[in-house]
Amino acid sequence: MDRMPSWVRQHVAALRALLVLTVVTGVIYPLVATGVAQALLNDKANGSLIEKDGKVVGSALIGQSFTDANGNPMRRYFQSRPSAAGDGYDPTSTAAGNLGPEDVIDTLPDPNGADEAAKEGKQSLLTRVCARSKAVGELEGVSGARPYCAPDGVGAVLKVFPDRAVSVNQACPATPFMPTYEGLKVECAKPGEDYAAGRTVPIRGNAGTPSVPADAVTASGSGLDPDISAAYAELQAPRVARERGLAVEQVRALIAEHTTGRALGFMGEPAVNVLELNLALDRV
Amino acid sequence: MAGALFVASLLLALAISYKPLGDYMFRVYTGTTHSRVERVIYRLLGVDPDGEQRWGVYARGVLAFSLVSVLFLYGLQRLQNHLFLSLGMKPVEPALAWNTAVSFVTNTNWQAYSGESTMGHLVQTAGLAVQNFVSAAVGMAVAIALVRGFARTKTDTLGNFWVDLVRGTIRILLPISLVAALLLVAGGAIQTFGDHFTWTTLAGGEQTFTPAAAASQEAIKDLGTNGGGIFNVNSAHPFENPTSWTNWLEIFLLLVIAFSLPRTFGRMVGDNRQGYAIVSVMAIIALISLGVTQWAELSAGGTVPQAIGQAMEGRETRFGVSNSGMFASATTLTSTGSVNSFHDSYTALGGGMLIFNMLLGEVAPGGVGSGLYGMLILAMITVFVAGLMVGRTPEYLGKKVGAREIKLASLYFLVTPVLVLVGTAVAMATETGRAAMSNSGPHGLSEILYAYTSASNNNGSAFAGVSVNTPFHNTTLGLCMAFGRFLPIVLALALAGSLAQQAPVPASVGTLPTYRPQFVGMVVGVTIILVALTFLPALALGPLAEGLL
Repeated sequence: MDRMPSWVRQHVAALRALLVLTVVTGVIYPLVATGVAQALLNDKANGSLIEKDGKVVGSALIGQSFTDANGNPMRRYFQSRPSAAGDGYDPTSTAAGNLGPEDVIDTLPDPNGADEAAKEGKQSLLTRVCARSKAVGELEGVSGARPYCAPDGVGAVLKVFPDRAVSVNQACPATPFMPTYEGLKVECAKPGEDYAAGRTVPIRGNAGTPSVPADAVTASGSGLDPDISAAYAELQAPRVARERGLAVEQVRALIAEHTTGRALGFMGEPAVNVLELNLALDRV
Repeated sequence: MAGALFVASLLLALAISYKPLGDYMFRVYTGTTHSRVERVIYRLLGVDPDGEQRWGVYARGVLAFSLVSVLFLYGLQRLQNHLFLSLGMKPVEPALAWNTAVSFVTNTNWQAYSGESTMGHLVQTAGLAVQNFVSAAVGMAVAIALVRGFARTKTDTLGNFWVDLVRGTIRILLPISLVAALLLVAGGAIQTFGDHFTWTTLAGGEQTFTPAAAASQEAIKDLGTNGGGIFNVNSAHPFENPTSWTNWLEIFLLLVIAFSLPRTFGRMVGDNRQGYAIVSVMAIIALISLGVTQWAELSAGGTVPQAIGQAMEGRETRFGVSNSGMFASATTLTSTGSVNSFHDSYTALGGGMLIFNMLLGEVAPGGVGSGLYGMLILAMITVFVAGLMVGRTPEYLGKKVGAREIKLASLYFLVTPVLVLVGTAVAMATETGRAAMSNSGPHGLSEILYAYTSASNNNGSAFAGVSVNTPFHNTTLGLCMAFGRFLPIVLALALAGSLAQQAPVPASVGTLPTYRPQFVGMVVGVTIILVALTFLPALALGPLAEGLL
């Protein structure tokens, strides 16, 4: 060692340090943690799996879609939140929606578009929220109206030009959600047309407090959220009871049983575990 | 109300930990005896643990260790398919592997990759998690070396890098991580080296189990203010952060060392009041920032949050809006970058505050170690500004802040603004750079600004809609991370060397007392004003434009 130049010596020491610390923190530490965890907390360390009739049907911590092969909600089950993980609740491609608070303008599907992306179009976050709210409202038999949402389930947003206004999220031949704006005629939007030059004006409308709760119209952070809010569970209770021929009270009791309150009374929010609730319903 | 209790309980826990943990770290870094395990390690390293190093040797140790680490981690990712425990993953692409290697070595832990589909067990535990430990230990070592610069007189040595590195890892990070990992498993975090398997869901679909040594990595990821997740969605993933109380624990972990180091500093310079002053500055800035973010998120400003009625997009039900915001504040005020909710969908002003937190240089309380050395340099700049006002030679902790010292401190401060603003400008000026934006308008600029801020300040969180897994961004962000980490470290160590050589200046009537509320207020003011002046134009075009228009 002593005959090497000092900079070589230093890098040799660095490499040795890295290798030694890799053994300590990268091999011994995770193995000890795994050993203890597997010995004492086997069930949790392996993912809190849930079995039904001897077969694994999920994890208590990982949400699932309760939709049929066509993607329609299965009416006998409580529905989970919208998910941005893969095609929905895909643990191998977890993701959030990642759209911002002013993402309000759709790219309308354009059959004459130059590429696939243009042909498919892209929904803004606002339109997604409005569409989900409308769908949940119809499923549960309540109003799906929300502020800034047009009745047809898209974002109520105008692009205002000096001589006209365009309801940019409503593709022609739709009837615009408002006929005029400050004296200007409101037109429907032509797919593929560039409205970027107009001034963006979201229209709040006169919707009051929405009947469909916030968690029902938003994608979660993980895309795997196992829970829904107590309010969303309550909204779904009558429909599930009807579909299963149960008393609503009985369903509400099951909701209460599968609700986790705030830890120590102040941490987080009360949450209803959807998979466990649905399994309990299947057992009734 | 519950949200306020959540914050208050965290504050209380941090206040309770301040003395015992700070004193413990003081003993770790000043003790003269080596444990038997450590002696074996030093023999394996071939270093003399009692040999003192000058600042240049210390700095070259840091750089050599980091260089070797980058190469090792790069190789591990590129070769993972030939090694064991790969879970069938392919080798990581070169640009992504470079970006990830630099990212973890610099304590940034930026995730351009998606963990569950890119890395096997071996890369995660023996590559990424190892850097979670040692990059944190490097940060702490540099902070301690700077404190020694203040504490020592008429010497040109600052301690021994290898000893500081090994002790920080083994005596501080390892034991706390092990306890925390087991607590996380008790909450439901997974800890297994098993394999993938598939089940049929209740509705008849298929779901795949994604195995990982999640708890052990989550613990050090938060404790070492690292932030790189096992899974793409990081601490929002129920296998990393399963319950509302594990969420509390994770926030506590990512704050506790950074908030306790000022105690260690106070002990080392022989005046605990100095430690209280520094921790007060950190706490005041943190609370102001936290208040703004909570207000913005709970009032749900902006079109989409108003339509939703609650800022729930990108949040988990079990955490809710308030606790998610608390995590977001803590992760950007430190250099962590873990996320339990997705900042891209935050309100314009809430998200803007998160960017501002990072632009502060992450000093309130900042990353483990890096927060303390950043804050001490801001304190020196404050002393200098105050000295100019009254026309006296500025001094801090009995050391003169002369021309050489203030030059080094100024250069230190200038590194990140140059990287952030030039990086953002270059990205926005090029077609490939702009293509990464997933949102349009001011929010798109915020995404890019966030990315370069996060990389240059070694944070690692993102406005995650941004598609930065491209050769252009992987390369440029990698450079920002490397320069943003190592230039300040070298400057801080140079400063330490120059301070240690000085003879102490006895306090006189003209000396500004640096432990009084007046000084605390001045440091808070200087910090916020310096950063605000530097970045206001960029912020005005991004989050402020979005939030106020």
